[in-house]
Amino acid sequence: MGGPAISVRDLFVTFGKGADAVRAVRGVSFDVAEGESFGLVGESGSGKSTVLRALAGLNRDWTGAASIAGLDVATRDARLPRIAQMVFQDPYASLHPRHTVDRVLSEPLEIHGIAEVDRRVTQALEDVGLGPAFRFRYPNQLSGGQRQRVAIARALMLQPRVLLLDEPTSALDVSVQAEILNLLKRLRATQRLTMILVSHNLAVVAHMCDRLAVMSRGIVVEEMDVATLRREEPKVPYTRQLLLASKGYDRAVAARMTNED
Amino acid sequence: MSEAAPSWRDRLLSDAPRSRREAKLGQLYRGWLQFRRNRLALLGLVIVVALVLVAAFAPWIATHHPYEQNLAQRLLPPGSQGHWLGTDEFGRDIFSRIVYGARITLYIVVLVALIAAPIGLLVGTAAGYLGGWVDAVLMRITDVFLAFPSLILALAFVAALGPGIENAVIAIALTSWPPYARIARAETLTIRNSDYIAAARLQGAGTGRILARHVMPLCLSSLTVRVTLDMAGIILTAAGLGFLGLGAQPPLAEWGAMVSSGRRYILDQWWVATIPGLAIFVVSLAFNLLGDGLRDVMDPRGKK
Amino acid sequence: MSALLEVEDLRVTFQTPTGPFRAVRGVSFALGRERLGIVGESGSGKSLTGRAIMRLLPANARLEAKRLAFDGVDLLTASSRTLRGIRGARISLVLQDPKYSLNPVMTVGEQIAEAARIHGGIGAAAARRKALEMIAAVRIRDPERVYRLYPHEVSGGMGQRIMIAMMLVPEPDLLIADEPTSALDVTVQMQVLAILDDLVRERGMGLIFISHDLDLVASFCDRVLVMYAGRVVEQVAARDLASATHPYTQGLLKSLPRIGDDRAELPTLSRDPAWLEG
Repeated sequence: MGGPAISVRDLFVTFGKGADAVRAVRGVSFDVAEGESFGLVGESGSGKSTVLRALAGLNRDWTGAASIAGLDVATRDARLPRIAQMVFQDPYASLHPRHTVDRVLSEPLEIHGIAEVDRRVTQALEDVGLGPAFRFRYPNQLSGGQRQRVAIARALMLQPRVLLLDEPTSALDVSVQAEILNLLKRLRATQRLTMILVSHNLAVVAHMCDRLAVMSRGIVVEEMDVATLRREEPKVPYTRQLLLASKGYDRAVAARMTNED
Repeated sequence: MSEAAPSWRDRLLSDAPRSRREAKLGQLYRGWLQFRRNRLALLGLVIVVALVLVAAFAPWIATHHPYEQNLAQRLLPPGSQGHWLGTDEFGRDIFSRIVYGARITLYIVVLVALIAAPIGLLVGTAAGYLGGWVDAVLMRITDVFLAFPSLILALAFVAALGPGIENAVIAIALTSWPPYARIARAETLTIRNSDYIAAARLQGAGTGRILARHVMPLCLSSLTVRVTLDMAGIILTAAGLGFLGLGAQPPLAEWGAMVSSGRRYILDQWWVATIPGLAIFVVSLAFNLLGDGLRDVMDPRGKK
Repeated sequence: MSALLEVEDLRVTFQTPTGPFRAVRGVSFALGRERLGIVGESGSGKSLTGRAIMRLLPANARLEAKRLAFDGVDLLTASSRTLRGIRGARISLVLQDPKYSLNPVMTVGEQIAEAARIHGGIGAAAARRKALEMIAAVRIRDPERVYRLYPHEVSGGMGQRIMIAMMLVPEPDLLIADEPTSALDVTVQMQVLAILDDLVRERGMGLIFISHDLDLVASFCDRVLVMYAGRVVEQVAARDLASATHPYTQGLLKSLPRIGDDRAELPTLSRDPAWLEG
């Protein structure tokens, strides 16, 4: 293919107008190579999810340039759904409450006129570790982890090359989180996916990604590879503070935290 | 026998339905189990079902022809000479007229629901989902309709179109859709920004598809509840128009018109006006009870 | 040793259409003036345990215990009047999301002042002084400004600190904090924890800290109860949590990704039915 799978240049996102305008993302640029897993880390309000939603095409009010597999995201190219898909944070909110799993999974196939619905749905369920018994259940008959598996299966129905993950495990229990992270890792290998993982959890990103960018207040403060993170050698003070804070409570560390109110 | 009964029940309540149809039926069955616990709602359902049956089998249930006059037997009290509920000023059997009146009541209610609910649903979801100027225009139109007292607006329509049951239906339908549009819009606004709608958009679903397949099914339950609750109001408005002489025309056995014609005898022959009045009351109440029960089962806000 | 809170064989049972559901099944512990952590996954009964102590349970729940005593007062037999005197005044509860606990049409300062008036029986001016003092105590920089803010005008971290300030006005002996920092960013979380930490140290308050976050509980608390399916499966000193013996606790710890490690797969938890009785 050559060239990056995903490219973001000078992305600015502003919500609202006039005096109330909030500049959520202020000039973010990064590239993700084909097959790479890239992490976007930051606290709430850092703009990490906003970047992802702009990239997915869910938010149109942005300036700058963003492309996935060479297709300009701003053009709403009809091929994009078959190239990039997204998994949302809250599995309790991302499945239609009145649609069975079967309907959720066959909907993308019907939209794109893809045949063999039956076989593909069964296969997709198997891929995410759910048996055929789950096929005709409603979301309220599923646990949080099972719902997130269905959401992942849905994202993979169109066989995309890029998967955008917005805090896919932060609403789940830790034991379920491990299962979902393992599943994502396996799918990434078998389906050769390029991934962007948005998370506030440094450990999850360290586990899942090859490279990461740390965001704070709408800008990328630091970009590094995962080896640097594992060695705990970030350069920027903000990242170091984040790293310390994520290692549990420490009275001395808490005293040194810079207050942002 | 005792073997077969639990098996279909188990299948309906199964956690692993084998087809979409089975899943749907299972869902309905669970709803029914919940609905069944509400005694009053069950009573409402029984009365509404009875109304439908009476309307369907009117010719077999009625003891007399509803329009057959017999001036020799006018204004007989209930229980006399084979007229269970007495006769009216033309000697017509009131019981038979009530039975046939069920048809008209049902006709009005169903027709109004079939016209008003889809209009409201369409206008409301489109306004809510599309937003912007579409929303502004549609909702201002809705506001205009909402601003009129419905009976007065219906009166104006009927006055313009001429009295008659069809025109009454059109008039009531035209005045009853705005609240449905409001409900559908409010519902749509909360649905619009949900992740599952975002997911549908990311899959490349068009606006029409999202509205029809994702948004509308979710608005349907609160709308069904509201329409059921409104049935009582529709019946009363229809009766009101009938009472004013602008709805069903004589000799049609419409309950409101029957009350109207009976009011002249209210002091001496109370039953002529009271019995159709009671019929209106019972059926309105039944629809209200049913609507309340449905709300408990269907309204997503009530759950968990 | 006189324990601040004694809980013995606490049970919470819900009446459901499909039969009774036993959500908490025989929890026992004693609490001194210390930081006790209760960890577990969703559905483990940890939050219900906290609420049961406050006797704040839904109407369809039944509460049973051999003993449930706070500072010598039997909470099971106490009159609702006695309970009202204890709730809020001597035991306070801080919940995960402050947005639901604050009155949206009153400024946060007024709400804290009101709490001070009710519990302290003091005048308006004194209550205002007390409120400002409390806002300062949870390390909010400009108490005068924050006093005048409405709940929607404050950030999540600030809101949670305000909630804590409000709960601390009556100077309770016991604070039950149910996931108080789960909605907060890690840096803000640290600050909120530091405030709670100081309160335990300086005022000798007892703290029950309910959380799903094992690392956090291990680093913050003195002692940890691990709950699974309504029962306490393990009780351990917080610093020894890493060497906990119960397979459930072990499984949970192992399934957490860590920054330093390079395991290709995370071990997942296979739940042994024996843990239910365990």
